[in-house]
Amino acid sequence: MAEVVYDKATCMYEGSDRPAVDALDLEIRDGEFVVLVGPSGSGKTTALRMLAGLEEIDEGSIRIAGRDMVGVPSRDRDIAMVFQNYALYPNKTVSENMGFSLKMHGVPKDERDRRVRDAAGLLDLGELLDRKPRHLSGGQRQRVAMGRAIVREPKVFCMDEPLSNLDAQLRVQTRTQIAELQRRLKVTTVYVTHDQVEAMTMGDRVAVLRNGVLQQADTPTELYDHPANVFVAGFIGSPAMNRLAGKPAEGGVAVGRVHLPAPRPVQEHPELVVGIRPEHLSLSAEGELELQVDIVEDLGSDSYVYGHLLDGETAATTGDGAGNQANGSPPGEHSTTVIVRAGRAHPQPGEKVRAKVDVDQLHLFDARSGLRIS
Amino acid sequence: MATVTAPATPGTTGTRTVQRRKRKHNSWWGIVAWVVGIIFFFPVLWMVLTSFKTESQAYTRNPTFGFTPTLSQYHAVFSSGVWPYIANSGFATVISTIIVLLLATPCAFALSLRPVKKTRDVLFFFISTKMLPVVAAIIPLFVIAEAIKMLDNVWTMVILYTAMNLPIAVWMMRSFFLEVPGELLEAADMDGAPLRRTMAEVILPVVAPGLAATALICCIFAWNEFFLAVNMTAANAATVPVFLVGFISSEGLYFAKLAAASTIATLPVVLAGWVAQRQLVRGLSFGAIK
Repeated sequence: MAEVVYDKATCMYEGSDRPAVDALDLEIRDGEFVVLVGPSGSGKTTALRMLAGLEEIDEGSIRIAGRDMVGVPSRDRDIAMVFQNYALYPNKTVSENMGFSLKMHGVPKDERDRRVRDAAGLLDLGELLDRKPRHLSGGQRQRVAMGRAIVREPKVFCMDEPLSNLDAQLRVQTRTQIAELQRRLKVTTVYVTHDQVEAMTMGDRVAVLRNGVLQQADTPTELYDHPANVFVAGFIGSPAMNRLAGKPAEGGVAVGRVHLPAPRPVQEHPELVVGIRPEHLSLSAEGELELQVDIVEDLGSDSYVYGHLLDGETAATTGDGAGNQANGSPPGEHSTTVIVRAGRAHPQPGEKVRAKVDVDQLHLFDARSGLRIS
Repeated sequence: MATVTAPATPGTTGTRTVQRRKRKHNSWWGIVAWVVGIIFFFPVLWMVLTSFKTESQAYTRNPTFGFTPTLSQYHAVFSSGVWPYIANSGFATVISTIIVLLLATPCAFALSLRPVKKTRDVLFFFISTKMLPVVAAIIPLFVIAEAIKMLDNVWTMVILYTAMNLPIAVWMMRSFFLEVPGELLEAADMDGAPLRRTMAEVILPVVAPGLAATALICCIFAWNEFFLAVNMTAANAATVPVFLVGFISSEGLYFAKLAAASTIATLPVVLAGWVAQRQLVRGLSFGAIK
């Protein structure tokens, strides 16, 4: 068990014009479960592989239990990794797969067998020890990959999207098992996923990356309630936060013709992004925002109404301060889509409705920098 | 007693018609496949049949399928001193194949799983050696062999067959190594396995079918090689293909004996292919389907 420190760690692939991981500063406490999350190409897997010793650290350093890992081969870092495709040895049985590392480190056979049996017991693999990977289901292979990591009793677990090859139901089941296992073993864990639901439910803390740069590292609740910038606001939460173009107005902000109060003065920010989560909008005849309903997603207990604003003046640029839309589309492509959470009774597509804003739950961001104002 | 008939499910009659048409269509293609197969296999079949005939039966104007088979040709071939040729062929084939595999495997590993900037150039260099027709190289090879007193020496054939098969083996093995997921190597590295243990315990078992396919191809090429053997060997190191040529003499063609000798010459590679057919098919289709 050990703490992990990324100290301005940078990795640059040959031929690339920008670093895959750019001066990452992140401290992971001993026994903590940190999730690295972000869209494809955000650098999360590269950051994990730098920790595991599978990618070079071009600048900065990574320390494990205070020891600098620059130049240290992966086999000497005392790290166990669970790969996205499990990387089980196809010609070896489950027992041999799990014991391979111990065999390479010269652990006596009795001790090896005991540790394999203990890990197999934790993961309910007892009856599968003599099978080869090709005779296992996806979920069983995933557990064998976990067992192979656990049996080593490493300082750090690295997990690279281990649930991505499982079906939805198994994924939900397995992620709680992994979280529970980590809590029991108390091993420092760095977990990579592109699924923000996994990130929010599994991690003690979540580090959001984009284009190799750390956006915010915080508890799931903090990320949800106080996103540091427009990108995090739009990435965390499903459905995504509504992000509407706004301008400073007397006593608050103006979203088109609608005036909303702001918790603090925003006059120094000529362009704003106003964030409102779907659950903080409610359908009401007295609502400030007028929408025309485009589609409705009925989830059974709830429904989500997708509509576009009808006020005619809204320049609903939902930029992220980097010249792009929060969803990555280029500037100039305006989106006026607003998502409202409704109950079982919901309007039909084509209807005109009004949505009331919970003004205490507004998030304000500077449109140019994308950073949070309040 | 009333009989209850299950109502016909809508669409099943149409489905049955389609299936019948499909079966008829497949039957025609089956017949075509058999005919093509027989056409390609017929010369081999004729050779084997001829080997069981007498010389006069083999020379008949109108070919006959009906005859009393005889083993006299086989007896004649084995009595005419074929064993040294078989021994030379076997030695040159097996030893050259072993050396090729020992050299090609680490070479292919480096070119696939540890590529560098010049990897493509190296690969091209390897295959470019096969672009030179062997007839263009025979004179310098002969002169060198004569100068170092290695003419008519089975070890010369071992060296030549190794050189001949090495580029093909490197290319084949490389394509098999490329199918090994990189994560397997990373997992083995993180598990603390040194390279030789990773090769022995992780990689080679995965590419074993490819290794078998490569070995078989090298054996076939070495066993059947004629041009180098006929020019570089004489009494001591001559191989089976050279032995076969002996049946083409100024006295005429001994068809039946030639057929018997050819059948004997073909048997080892056919047997090897039969034994390793599963590995061969798997190895040659490695990577075709993910």
